[in-house]
Amino acid sequence: MNKETYESIGETLYSEKLDNGLTVFLLPKPEMTKSFGIFSTNYGSIDQTFVPLGESAEVTVPEGVAHFLEHKLFEKEDRDVFADFGKQGASPNAYTSFTKTAYLFSATSQIEKNVETLIDFVQDPYFSDQSVEKEKGIIAQEIKMYDDQPDWQAFMGTIKSMFQNHPVKIDIAGTVDSITSITKDDLYTCYHTFYHPENMTLFVVGNFEVERMMEMITSNQKNKSFEKMAELKRDFPEEPQEVAMKENTIHMPVSIPKCTIGIKDSNSELEKEEFLRKDLLSGMILSHFFSTGGDFYQELYKADLIDDSFYFETNLERNFGYSMIGGNTAKPEEFAAKIKEQLLSTKNYALTVEVFERMKKKKIGQLLRAMNSLEFIANKYIQYHTMGINLFEIIPAIQALSLDDAQAFLNEWIAEERLAVCTISAS
Amino acid sequence: MDTIQEKRLDEQGLKLHFIQTKKFKTINIIVKLKSKLDKETITKRALLPYILKQGTKTYPDRSALQLKLDDLYGAVLTADGGKKGENHIISVRLEFANEKFIPDASNVMDEAVQLLSEVLFHPNTGATGFDDAVFKREVGTLKQKISAIQDDKMSYANMRLIDEMCKEEAYQLHVHGYEEDLNNLTNDDLFNYYQHMLEQDEMDIYVLGDFVEEKVKHLIMDTMQRTEQQGTKEADPAAKNSVIEQNEIIEKQKVQQAKLHIGFRTNTTYQDEAYFALQVFNGLFGGFPSSKLFINVREKNSLAYYASSRLESHKGLLFVFSGIAPDDFEKARDIIRLQVQAMKDGDFTEQELNETKDLIVNQLKETMDHPQGLIEILYQQVIGNRQMTPTELLEGIQNVTKDEVVHVASKIEEDTVYLLTSEGGEQGE
Repeated sequence: MNKETYESIGETLYSEKLDNGLTVFLLPKPEMTKSFGIFSTNYGSIDQTFVPLGESAEVTVPEGVAHFLEHKLFEKEDRDVFADFGKQGASPNAYTSFTKTAYLFSATSQIEKNVETLIDFVQDPYFSDQSVEKEKGIIAQEIKMYDDQPDWQAFMGTIKSMFQNHPVKIDIAGTVDSITSITKDDLYTCYHTFYHPENMTLFVVGNFEVERMMEMITSNQKNKSFEKMAELKRDFPEEPQEVAMKENTIHMPVSIPKCTIGIKDSNSELEKEEFLRKDLLSGMILSHFFSTGGDFYQELYKADLIDDSFYFETNLERNFGYSMIGGNTAKPEEFAAKIKEQLLSTKNYALTVEVFERMKKKKIGQLLRAMNSLEFIANKYIQYHTMGINLFEIIPAIQALSLDDAQAFLNEWIAEERLAVCTISAS
Repeated sequence: MDTIQEKRLDEQGLKLHFIQTKKFKTINIIVKLKSKLDKETITKRALLPYILKQGTKTYPDRSALQLKLDDLYGAVLTADGGKKGENHIISVRLEFANEKFIPDASNVMDEAVQLLSEVLFHPNTGATGFDDAVFKREVGTLKQKISAIQDDKMSYANMRLIDEMCKEEAYQLHVHGYEEDLNNLTNDDLFNYYQHMLEQDEMDIYVLGDFVEEKVKHLIMDTMQRTEQQGTKEADPAAKNSVIEQNEIIEKQKVQQAKLHIGFRTNTTYQDEAYFALQVFNGLFGGFPSSKLFINVREKNSLAYYASSRLESHKGLLFVFSGIAPDDFEKARDIIRLQVQAMKDGDFTEQELNETKDLIVNQLKETMDHPQGLIEILYQQVIGNRQMTPTELLEGIQNVTKDEVVHVASKIEEDTVYLLTSEGGEQGE
């Protein structure tokens, strides 16, 4: 077991890569009451086309399979896993994102037992025709719920207007039509391919005894056998730099229109240092301009174009990336025009050392605040780890960012052909 | 687990609550202002948090204020209003990095306390009260917020259920206020009310984190002077209204999914001994994925993606929420009613009871691992006017018996069924 101590932030992390390929991280935090465990596979809604384990031909599965699979893993032949965790005082949950499917629990007692339950239920699938059919009604209601949520429609609408071919543009849960065609064989195919220990990470953080936990996990894994994993072949279509639609309007009954500007990142697969720099700077630059004190925010506020629903976010993944700026606005055309103008003006924007140092301070504070949350630490650690980055070494990386880095980022950040506007309006 | 020690001090009309813990990398300071829910003041109270966030005397606009926050290592200032029972609470919160984790940082605590006190006591003022442009702008922001509620169907259905269920009660007041009252509100009125609020509201200040108490106490007392209040006010007795007549309200809109929300009167509140049993009731009934509602409405009948229940502890209400296909309304409603009856009949095992207690204890302990969650739990005591340490709360839950749950269930009455459903015809499927 490897042990790494990060003095400045007061954390000690233990890790091991097991014989079957599973990566395990344990972060003891004895001052906490709670523990949090997450078992995550590097498989999400974008992994639609791939070569199944043990086969040679590529397949494309229906939209929404990764999410469907996530639902179905909780049901076993004789019982429901929610109840197993319930009996052990734990609350389980799961989520599917574009790039990840994760199963998790939090508990304040019986942590070892709950971790074991977590690993065992994820590694023991049971899918039947009947249970697959039953789930379609539940997921259809989940999809309908999202259909009625203007914020979600604005988010997916912006994604769809940015991406032409990349499967990030498909709905994570699929559509009512696409899930109808899902079979138990689809689920098994995806399961065997993507839920191999080699493709998975287990992270446990909180109040538990490290040595015993690692022993339990190791012996649990020794007792199971997995097919040898060949290299995973996933296929992604070519994605042009340009957005799919410069403007996309969706009609649904809303009392105030919603408008979102999507910035599609230029697509290049980045090495870890570059990836981290881009990831940090995207957040810092957006925040500099568009957080409540920012110059662009102030312009929008004074021109009466935004209210407190105004938000921005950025997401950088291995083979795609984007940022969004949006909110409720009575004047969506003006809102979009103004933000586009602001974004296009950043190419020659000059930051000062003083301003940039303040941006770094803010980023550090945000990170420390986020690290109050066990969920954040575990999720973010895994996300960065897939890219070869260590979450616990980010504060020094932020401190090391230079004004030149920021200027270089700004110079490349915006291009007109990579901007899309998505509007939700009633008429 | 650390036991949570809350140290209380009553100084200069301020009630200070200090909670020492090494769990977090930040310090939280939260000011709570409490007053009775009242139609006359609700709109003003809804607006004030928005205005206070816009600037202070020293940092006169939002950018100056934000730059200061950024300088304090990205400190986060939030302010909002909420309903707890028949009280309205304004919370102003400042969370900032504990300087001990940042090499070369100092004075963060001093400056943070100063800043928070400015936000609260020294807003940016103009000729007629608050800065006029900010006043006008934030009135607009709040109006948009009020109309945007109907875009979030879950919140909308919830609000409509309470409108119908609590028609004659202060609890029905909308937390964001009313557009017509905003139209008539002047900057002057608002500023007068703000001054009145600072004098008359019950004010509690919580400081949580790893800090030096004496120092923080002096910092707060030096910056937040307040005149002694005119006698302490009684906390509002929890108005327990009984069910006069069962109601069923059906409303139609362009929606894909129907929202079925049902309101019950529990006739039990935070002040009652049976409060613990009520919590356990809710856990068995609809609080968790292992509860009756989830298992029966979702897992056995595939009627919904979500089906759960939630308590309003100070007013004595229980709400059931579910999102269903419009055609399944009667079926879902009847299944929900059967689950209430099953609870009244004591149709649950000792094992389920114990598991549920563990789940609730787990949930509470988790909330206590979150700085602002812990403060919310501690503040319940002020609202409910009942001393209950976190340890007593956890023990109270653990000691609940099956008979107590059945007894508390027997007092629960259905009041209003509210359905938001699609406008006739097939919905494009």
